[in-house]
Amino acid sequence: MKRELTCIGCPLGCALTVETDDGGEIHVTGYTCARGKDYAIKEVTCPTRIVTSTVPVEGGVISRVSVKTEHDIPKDKIFDVMNEIRRTSVSAPVRIGDTVIADCAGTGTAVIATKNVESL
Amino acid sequence: MLDYDVIIIGAGVTGSAIARELARYSLRTAVVEKEEDVCSGTSKANSAIVHAGFDAVPGTWKAKLNVEGNRMMERLSQDLDFPFKRNGSMVLCFSEEEKPGLEKLLERGKTNGVEGLQIITGDEAREMEPSLSDEVVYALHAPTGGIVCPFGLTIALAENAAENGVEFLFNRSVDRIENTGEGYAVHTSKGDLSAKYVVNAAGVYADRIHNMVSENKIKIIPRRGEYVLMDKEAGGLVSHTIFQLPGKLGKGVLVTPTVHGNLLVGPNAVDLDDKENTATTAEGLDEIRQKALKSVKGIPYHLTITSFAGLRAHEENDDFIIGEAEDAEGFFDAAGIESPGLSCAPALGKYAAEMIAAKAGADKKPDFKGTRKGFIRAAELDPEERGKLIREKPEYGNIICRCENISEGEIRDAIRRTPGAVSLDGIKRRVRQGMGRCQAGFCTPKAMNILAEELHVDIHTICKNREGSEFLKG
Amino acid sequence: MLYHDIVIIGGGPAGLAAAAAAKEAGISDILILERDEMLGGILNQCIHNGFGLHTFKEELTGPEYAQRYIDRVLEEKISYRLHSMVIDISRDRQVTYINREEGLVRLQAGAVILAMGCRERPRGALNIPGYRPAGIYSAGTAQRLMNIEGYMVGKEVVVLGSGDIGLIMARRMTLEGAVVKVVAELMPYSGGLKRNIVQCLDDYGIPLKLSHTVVDIHGKERVTGVTIAQVGADRKPVPGTEEYYSCDTLLLSCGLIPENELSRQAGLEMDRVTSGPVVGDDLETSVEGVFACGNVLHVHDLVDYVSEEAARAGRQAARFVREPRKKEEKQDALLKGENGVRYTIPQHLNVECMDEQTVVRFRVDNIYRNKSIVVYFDGKEAVRRKKRILAPGEMEQIILKKSAFSSCPDVKEIRICLED
Repeated sequence: MKRELTCIGCPLGCALTVETDDGGEIHVTGYTCARGKDYAIKEVTCPTRIVTSTVPVEGGVISRVSVKTEHDIPKDKIFDVMNEIRRTSVSAPVRIGDTVIADCAGTGTAVIATKNVESL
Repeated sequence: MLDYDVIIIGAGVTGSAIARELARYSLRTAVVEKEEDVCSGTSKANSAIVHAGFDAVPGTWKAKLNVEGNRMMERLSQDLDFPFKRNGSMVLCFSEEEKPGLEKLLERGKTNGVEGLQIITGDEAREMEPSLSDEVVYALHAPTGGIVCPFGLTIALAENAAENGVEFLFNRSVDRIENTGEGYAVHTSKGDLSAKYVVNAAGVYADRIHNMVSENKIKIIPRRGEYVLMDKEAGGLVSHTIFQLPGKLGKGVLVTPTVHGNLLVGPNAVDLDDKENTATTAEGLDEIRQKALKSVKGIPYHLTITSFAGLRAHEENDDFIIGEAEDAEGFFDAAGIESPGLSCAPALGKYAAEMIAAKAGADKKPDFKGTRKGFIRAAELDPEERGKLIREKPEYGNIICRCENISEGEIRDAIRRTPGAVSLDGIKRRVRQGMGRCQAGFCTPKAMNILAEELHVDIHTICKNREGSEFLKG
Repeated sequence: MLYHDIVIIGGGPAGLAAAAAAKEAGISDILILERDEMLGGILNQCIHNGFGLHTFKEELTGPEYAQRYIDRVLEEKISYRLHSMVIDISRDRQVTYINREEGLVRLQAGAVILAMGCRERPRGALNIPGYRPAGIYSAGTAQRLMNIEGYMVGKEVVVLGSGDIGLIMARRMTLEGAVVKVVAELMPYSGGLKRNIVQCLDDYGIPLKLSHTVVDIHGKERVTGVTIAQVGADRKPVPGTEEYYSCDTLLLSCGLIPENELSRQAGLEMDRVTSGPVVGDDLETSVEGVFACGNVLHVHDLVDYVSEEAARAGRQAARFVREPRKKEEKQDALLKGENGVRYTIPQHLNVECMDEQTVVRFRVDNIYRNKSIVVYFDGKEAVRRKKRILAPGEMEQIILKKSAFSSCPDVKEIRICLED
């Protein structure tokens, strides 16, 4: 299997080609530095992303609080995570780092607040 | 019993001017408007000029009402507290051969009663306006030319009419008008209304309204004009309104300061079929930008903050149609009102109202209040007054629109008046929120919240202007 | 009249970092004036991650990054006022502001730091023809409506401009269920970070069309669609390449401009390229004791650099308060960007008074590969640094050490250019 990627390590944006042969071995070409190679391998084996969004706050000085997944989650779980975040709300006060969802969409990763919201 | 004595169709500057003048009489008057607010058609997108009155052919309505409207405008601007400035205008010509054109305008102007007209040399013109092109050979100088805020004028007229008892009915388009013998039944999108007299001030739709009751069909051609508006930083480039010699389709491209200190360039003239087509075009904007440079050097187009287009209500025979329709008693036209319609409005309003009142045999009301207080422009107050205002009304201390320095107080005032703003464009036209260089980037969310709060509606129903222009979706 | 040693206009990342640094430099009488309802500025609506890699060596979201500085301001008990709009700065550093509670207040500042940030280029400035319906948003306005107010602005979206906010919003709207049909970019390259192109567009299969622009907007009430066309080398649409996209929303992400109302009104000398004030290496503007930093000075790519620059402004303002210098005492060398270098910050430098080193920041006008950044002191090459790539979307920098001037303390012109 062959995939074309753009490296995000720096503005150079190297065009990477990743080939996985029948034996499961991964070959990367097109990178300029080691970071590019590592990135390519990660992207084809287990691509992950941080997801950020907002949820409503009840009784807070502002009406919404921003949140994020505490760690990277698998890329193919992004929309599952979003769906669960969309069903969630919290009550003020909220502090940065407070857990909003303990284990989001079965990823084993928590969703935490990224903003302080005082009570009204 | 009929609902009203008079129904005016159209709440543009013409309809509002007639309404305000009719309010002097003991008549029950309503203004029916298809949009959500006053000043939503031709009146909102034009050159914002109070012409001196040398253009129109002597003897036409345009000639008669322009000079009189111009004379009335200053007093009216004081009575109704809206921005007007007599900045003077010039018509340029670029060769000796064109000079007869200027002389013809001079003669017309004299016949029409325009005061102070004079042909000056290019050098004299450049002395008054250093940015004028070196190609200018002669100019017709008209000291009585002026500039006005078309929103300010229309809204002031409407508010003053409302204060004196005129009702404004919005979001109602007129589908059909029927002569019932005792008057007219006006079938609107929101139910039927009846009145003894109907006034047609429907702008580009005036032909449709007229043709509903009259066999003498008229045709109004929407003639589009495009404009480019520049930042206040560019507003000082010229102090006069600068015209070129008029062509077949109108007065040609002008360069003018606005009463608010911006620089305005436009319009071109394109005849269309679609009465709603106010789209700008790349070619049109290019055309006006090029043509304007013939008059004035170094127009800083990089300071453009917006471009827009408006439709002139052009009547085939090139004059206003004013008066009672021959075959429809009690139906009065104010149709084909294109340039200089804004300049004519005060005189047209007075004339039409007198005509209708005479027909109705109505008397003047003793309690007519002819003055109106405009919006407080907090940023224009001196610091002490501004501080005092904020202590009395703290909402004037909360700035919503950073570019134009418009506070929450001004926005709430715009909404609470009658007729008040019900859309963001309505707020913008009243107090200039979002009219500045960022064009409402920062203040849109805040103004939406204030409007929803004042109108007690869900924010999802807040519109830019008419129904269907909701900001939020999903 | 009320007096404060340092008055900082703007409580966003620049203002907060300037305040913290001024405090650290020994000035306690500091006042931050913020026009919005909270400190943190635009970072409050930048809920995505990727902030602070340089400063904190970790990936923070915008609100988290802001909170680090807000915490410092609170710990140091630096005073601030919210909902307070500065309406005037005089040449002798009188600052006038208004708010609901105090009305109109005029105070005297020992030094002023401008930190008002920037704003987005609106549609009008882009000269896009067509109708003017609802549904046209600058990306930042849409971001505020979504992330602060919690409202969805549209369901089918076209984005014009591939600035970072536009890319971020393309992803944000996709995550909230909208369909982003295309991102059109006038230039042959994107102004956004590579990482954002990959993670905001590629991840969701959103096409990026370079050398394309919107040539018509359809819809009288709400946007119903836009026409996109390819542009040639002259950036003019190529006839025949028009493509119609139905959509209800057009987001504009076509560049940022320093918020320069106050800078202009105070009569500061302005730079035509940056649209911000002209400053020396101490970040002082042409008006004595008035300093500028962050996006009000020039638009940055990363907030980390805003904080760093603002801290410098804070220290310099503190120094000014302690030992005011007169403008005329300074004999500055002028910095000039040439041959691909669009501008430099600072625009002038005082060799005698400068810190041990000065960071000169600039942007290039195109994508360049394998070039050298070369600095000339009065025509003599002084610094040369090779770069694999330079791009307009990224801010570049070069460090000038004070020691480099030991042989030419009277240098008049410092020229920075790109060479092979």
